[in-house]
Amino acid sequence: MTQQNWEVVIGLETHAQLSTQSKIFSGASVAFGAEPNTQACAVDLGLPGVLPVPNRAAVERAIRFGLAVGAHIAPMSIFARKNYFYPDLPKGYQISQMEIPVVQGGALRIQTKAGEKIVKLTRAHLEEDAGKSLHEDFQGQSGIDLNRAGTPLLEIVTEPEMRSSEEAVAYARALHALVRWIEICDGNMQEGSFRCDANVSVRPLGQKEFGTRCEIKNLNSFRFLERAIEFEIKRQIELIEEGGKVIQETRLYDPDRDETRSMRSKEDAHDYRYFPDPDLPPLCVSEAWIAEVAAAMPELPEARKQRYVSELGLSEYDASLLTATREAGEYFESVQSSTKGVDAKLCANWVNGELSAALNRAGLELSEAKVSAAQLAGLLMRLADGTISGKIAKELFEIMWSEGGEVDALIESRGLRQISDTGALEAVLKDLIAQHPAQVEEYRGGKEKVFGFFVGQAMKATQGKANPAQLNELLKALLAGG
Amino acid sequence: MSHSELLNQGLTEIVAALSRHDVSAVELATAYLDRIDQAQPDLNAFITLDREHSLRQAAIADKMRAGSSGAKLAGIPIVQKDVFCAKGWRTTAGSRMLENFIAPYDAHVVERLNEHGFVTLGRANMDEFAMGSSNENSYFGPVKNPWDVTRVPGGSSGGSAAAVAAGLAPAATGTDTGGSIRQPAAWCGISGIKPTYGRVSRYGMIAYASSLDQAGMFARSAQDLAVLMDVISGHDSRDATSVNRQDPPCAEGLDRSIRGLRVGLPKQWMGEGLSAGVKSVIEKAIQELMALGCECVEIDLPMSEQAIPAYYVIAPAEASSNLSRFDGVRFGHRAAEYKDLSELYERSRGEGFGPEVKRRILMGSYVLSHGYYDAYYLQAQRVRRLIANDFERAFTQCDVIAGPVAPTTAFPLGSYGADPVQMYLADLYTIPVNLAGLPALSVPAGFDAGMPVGLQLIGPWWHEARLLQTAHAYQTTTDWHTKRPTHYSGVTK
Repeated sequence: MTQQNWEVVIGLETHAQLSTQSKIFSGASVAFGAEPNTQACAVDLGLPGVLPVPNRAAVERAIRFGLAVGAHIAPMSIFARKNYFYPDLPKGYQISQMEIPVVQGGALRIQTKAGEKIVKLTRAHLEEDAGKSLHEDFQGQSGIDLNRAGTPLLEIVTEPEMRSSEEAVAYARALHALVRWIEICDGNMQEGSFRCDANVSVRPLGQKEFGTRCEIKNLNSFRFLERAIEFEIKRQIELIEEGGKVIQETRLYDPDRDETRSMRSKEDAHDYRYFPDPDLPPLCVSEAWIAEVAAAMPELPEARKQRYVSELGLSEYDASLLTATREAGEYFESVQSSTKGVDAKLCANWVNGELSAALNRAGLELSEAKVSAAQLAGLLMRLADGTISGKIAKELFEIMWSEGGEVDALIESRGLRQISDTGALEAVLKDLIAQHPAQVEEYRGGKEKVFGFFVGQAMKATQGKANPAQLNELLKALLAGG
Repeated sequence: MSHSELLNQGLTEIVAALSRHDVSAVELATAYLDRIDQAQPDLNAFITLDREHSLRQAAIADKMRAGSSGAKLAGIPIVQKDVFCAKGWRTTAGSRMLENFIAPYDAHVVERLNEHGFVTLGRANMDEFAMGSSNENSYFGPVKNPWDVTRVPGGSSGGSAAAVAAGLAPAATGTDTGGSIRQPAAWCGISGIKPTYGRVSRYGMIAYASSLDQAGMFARSAQDLAVLMDVISGHDSRDATSVNRQDPPCAEGLDRSIRGLRVGLPKQWMGEGLSAGVKSVIEKAIQELMALGCECVEIDLPMSEQAIPAYYVIAPAEASSNLSRFDGVRFGHRAAEYKDLSELYERSRGEGFGPEVKRRILMGSYVLSHGYYDAYYLQAQRVRRLIANDFERAFTQCDVIAGPVAPTTAFPLGSYGADPVQMYLADLYTIPVNLAGLPALSVPAGFDAGMPVGLQLIGPWWHEARLLQTAHAYQTTTDWHTKRPTHYSGVTK
C-alpha cells in the first residue's frame, strides 16, 4: 500500500448529550443507570395523544455551543420528523432538525504535531435520542429500554476538513474539552454522552472530487476513533489499488477484531420522509436570549490562552496546556493569584510539570489531585523567596502529595530551610577542602570536573539545604584562593 | 318537569334542575344511560359504555354540588368522542388497532370537563382515527342518523352528533380536522363548533393531522356551546401549539345584538355543486340574518377550490407519520404470529388498520417521499398559505362568513363504498376553514326532504364569541335547533 499517494478526507458527526435535568420534549429525568423503563413518561413512550414540548434548557445549551464556536444562532429553526420504524423508536419518528438547524457554521481550533488548524463546522442541531434494544438478555426476544428515549442531543457536524486520523482525534478531543468547558455535556464516553460518527473517504493526491465515503458509526472512545479511521483508510486504499470500488455505506467498528464491518449500504438506506413536525412551532431564539446566554458564558479556551500569553507572559505551549481543560486553567489561576510577586511562568512550570507528572503517575484527574492549589502556591512562595532550593521544593512536593501538610510546617519540622549563611557554608567547605587535598590538587591542575565532586559533598554535608548559587560562588573562591 | 322531559332540555335547564335538587346527577345519568341502552341497537352511537364508571362520576358530581366548590356545571352528562384519552376508559379511536387500549391518562379536554364535574355517559363511535365523512369507517360499525336510520350521521364525529341529536346526551365532544364536527352537526340537526386552531389543547387527543386537528363541542344550542367552550378553552403548556391568550369568556355578551354585522357570502359557495334543497335553506337563513339587521356582502375565496387537493396532501402526510407509533411493539394490536420484526410490523398494522386509514398512510408516505416532497407537500403548504390569505382579505370586508356546511344532506349508508374520492369532494366548504385554522360553527337552519341542513358561520381567528353571538341571535328567532327526530327506538315521545 502506498498511502503517500492518497489524500484522506474525514468529516465527523458528534452526538453530545446535553446536560439537562429532563428530556428534550418531556419532563422525565435523564439520569443514567436507572432500572429499564422507569425514566420514560407517556411522552417518551409515544402513547396515543401525547405531544412534545421543547425543553428550554436544551435550547439554551445549543445557543451556548453556537456562541463558543462563533456560529450563527438561527433566530428561527425548525424541528422536523425523521420517519423510520425501529422497536426502540417509540413514535416511529425521531424529532430532529433538518433544513434549518439552530446552530449554523462556526469553527474549532485544533492542535496537531504539525501545528494549529481550524476545522470548520457545518452545523449543530437539536434532536432526541432513541431508546435501547437489548438483544442478549432475553432468549429469542429483544428487550426495549426507553429510559434514553427523548434524551437531548446536540449533533455537531464538521465540514470534510480533516486529513488524518490524528487530526480527527485532535478535533474530537478539542470538541470534547469544549463541551465540558462550557458545561453543556458531561463528556462521559463510556455512558455514551459523547460519541462520534466518522465519514471517511480517500482520493488520489491532487484530485479535486471527493472519493466515495463510508460512515463509521458510534465510536465511543478516542482510541476507537483513531483505530477505526486507520483501518478504514487502509481498507479503502487497498480496495481501490486492487481495482475495486468503495461503496457508499454505513459501517460498524468492532474493537475486538479492530476492523470495520458493513452495516447497510446506500441501497438499503431509509427514505426518512423528513417534514416539519406539526406539533412544534418554529423554534424562535431572540437576540435578547442570545445576549443573556452570552453574558453567562465562561471565558473560552482561546481567549484564556491569549490572555495567558499576553498578560502573564507564558509560552504558547504552556498556555495551551493550561487551557486544555477548564479545570487546568482554574487550578493554575488559583496558584498564580495566591503567589504574589512570583513569576507566572514558575507557576505554569509546576502545574504543567511536577503536578501533571504526579497526576499521570497516579492516574488521577486534576480534580482528584493530592496537592491543592493553595498548598502548591505556598510551596512556590518559599521557593521564590529562597527559603528552599528547587531540589528541596521537589522533595517537599512529593511529601505533600503522599502525606499532605503545609509547606512552612514541613520546612520547620524537617529542617529543610536553605543554608544561605555564608559563614556556615564557608566552614563546611573549608572542612571539605582540608579533607580532600588530592582532589584540590587535581582541580588546580586543570581538572574542572572535580568541582562537581565538591558540590556533591557539600550538598551531602548540608542535607541538600545549601543555597546552590551561593555554594558555587564560595567554592570557586576557596578553591582558587588556596 | 319530569325526568324524561328534562332529558330533552339544554344545559341551562339541566343546571337549574340540578341546583334546585329536582334531580341528582346520579338520577340524571341513570335516565340518560337507560335511554342510551334503548337507542344503541338502532344507532350504534357508542363504542364503549360503562354504567358503573359513569355513575361513579355522577356520584362525585353530586358531592361536588353539595360542597362549596362552586362547581355549578357539576352533574352535566356528556359524551366523549372515542379519540380523547380518558383514564380508565377504553380509548379506541374507532380502530381495531386500539380495540383493547385502556388510556392511562386524561386528555386536556377530558381533564377540564372532569374538573367541572361533567359526567361521561360513554365513548362515542367515530370514523377510524377520525378519517371519514360518514362514520362508515369505524371498526365498530357505522353510526345511523337518528333522523333516518338508513342514512349516515356524517363524520368523523358521527357518534357524538347522533347521540346529541337523539337526545342521548345534552352535549358531546368532537374533533374537526376537515369538517368532522360541523358536517355531522349539520346532518344531525344540532349545533357544533370547531374553535380556532390553538384555542383548545390537543393534549391527549389521538392525532390524525396535527396541524389541522382541533377539539370542539356539540350541543343543542349556541348558548350551550358557549358554556362548553369556556370550559375547554385556554392555554395548556403540554401542547406547544396551544396559544396563550386572554380572550373574554364566550358566554359573556352572548345576547349582544348583531345589528350592523357584515355577513360575507363567498361567491364560489352558492353555485355549482350545491344541491337545490340545501341552497334554498341557506338562502332563507341568510334572509333571517338580514332580518336581524345584518348586512350582506359578497366575498371572493378564489383559492378555496384548491383546498381539497391541498388537504389530501397535508392531512395524509401528517397522518402517515402520526400513525407510525401503532407498530404492535408497545401497545395496541399485535399480530398473533410473525417470523421476524418486519412481519411483526406488517401484520400488526395490516390487521389493525382499516382500508381508509391504510389508503391515507400510503398517500401520505408517497407525498413525503424523496423526490416528491417539493411537488406535493411544499406545494400544498403554499396553497394553504394562499387560502389563509383569501380569508384574511375577506375579513377586511366582513365580520363573519356564512354559507353551507355540506353540498347535500346526509346520504344513505353505503352510497360511496367504491369511490372514496367522491366523498372527499363533499368537504369543499369545511376543509378551507381547517387549512386556515379559523373558528367556525354549524347551526340547524331547516330541512331538505326531511333531513336537517346546517348553516356554517366562519369567523376571524379567535372570534368564537362573535360567531356564538351571531348563532345565538339566529336561534332566538328560529326554532330549527329545537326540532327532534322520532325515527329510532328509544325516543321518549
